[in-house]
Amino acid sequence: MNLENFKKGLKAGIPIGLGYFAVSFTFGMMAVKGGLNIWESVLISLTNLTSAGQFAGLDIIFANGTLWEMAFTQIIINLRYMLMSLTISQKLDKRYPFFHRFFISFGMTDEIFGVSAASSGKVSPFFHYGAMAVAIPGWTLGTLVGAVAGSILPNFIISALSVAIYGMFLAIIIPPAKKNKTLVWVIILAMALSSAFKYIPGLNKISSGFSIIIVTVLVAALAAWLRPVKEEEEAAS
Amino acid sequence: MSIYLYILVMAGVTYLIRMLPLALATKEINSNFIKSFLYYVPYACLAAMTFPAILSSTEFLISGIAGLVVAVIVAYKEKSLVVVALCACAAVFICERIIVWIA
Repeated sequence: MNLENFKKGLKAGIPIGLGYFAVSFTFGMMAVKGGLNIWESVLISLTNLTSAGQFAGLDIIFANGTLWEMAFTQIIINLRYMLMSLTISQKLDKRYPFFHRFFISFGMTDEIFGVSAASSGKVSPFFHYGAMAVAIPGWTLGTLVGAVAGSILPNFIISALSVAIYGMFLAIIIPPAKKNKTLVWVIILAMALSSAFKYIPGLNKISSGFSIIIVTVLVAALAAWLRPVKEEEEAAS
Repeated sequence: MSIYLYILVMAGVTYLIRMLPLALATKEINSNFIKSFLYYVPYACLAAMTFPAILSSTEFLISGIAGLVVAVIVAYKEKSLVVVALCACAAVFICERIIVWIA
């Protein structure tokens, strides 16, 4: 059973690892260009496992910022993980021992959260481990290759790979929306609001990490208020 | 300042953010509002992260749009995550090759 869940996680992790490779490749390139050595760049990826937070962190390191600044920036950009971990805390199969929570939290990325939240019924920590077993090497090796090779991968390959993660997100949210009209509105409204945060002057000053939290909380709360989920619907998700 | 201090703070803060809700929220939440809210979180969150970011993830706007359209169609046909992701990559790749070829 554990092995089966692990394998399922591995399979779900493949597109994640693929997309991570492209993004972390860029991270490795930028880190070395800014003055870090290869080992330091790889260490950041291995210990942080997050994209926006790492890029913001690089800026602070290069600008010789304070540690408070670093901590505060990470909190703002990564606060969305709290919502994700809270969601998974309710979805996690209670039969597994508590200590698993400390390990799966290390791998709570946007993408692993996505595939876990989308899986049917309760989720096993071994599913998370499976996804992490592909995602962590993808993220770390991508950084290593980017740091070592600089610009050896042509732009069009990076460009094509970068879209993998978004394709995966769409593959997670669209099929359930075919059966549930509320989800269609949730998706459209979230995309519209997130565009507003990107393009409307003033609103676009808010960091992307923080605007995602605002959009998520607003849209999910509105949907929960107008269309509360019935027990059986939730079980089916 | 030592680079390792920066990395320690970065990694430590990020881990705590991810770990605290999982370690603290061990009981089943009973409020129907919170349950419904958490049910909608993944959809709102993933949708907000995908659009409009997908448009600027590629070298050209038009190839980003191509990737988006192809991903939506293939996802609508309920293909697996890998297939949707690869189709989107292929669409971007082909589209950019055409742009470069024309230009």
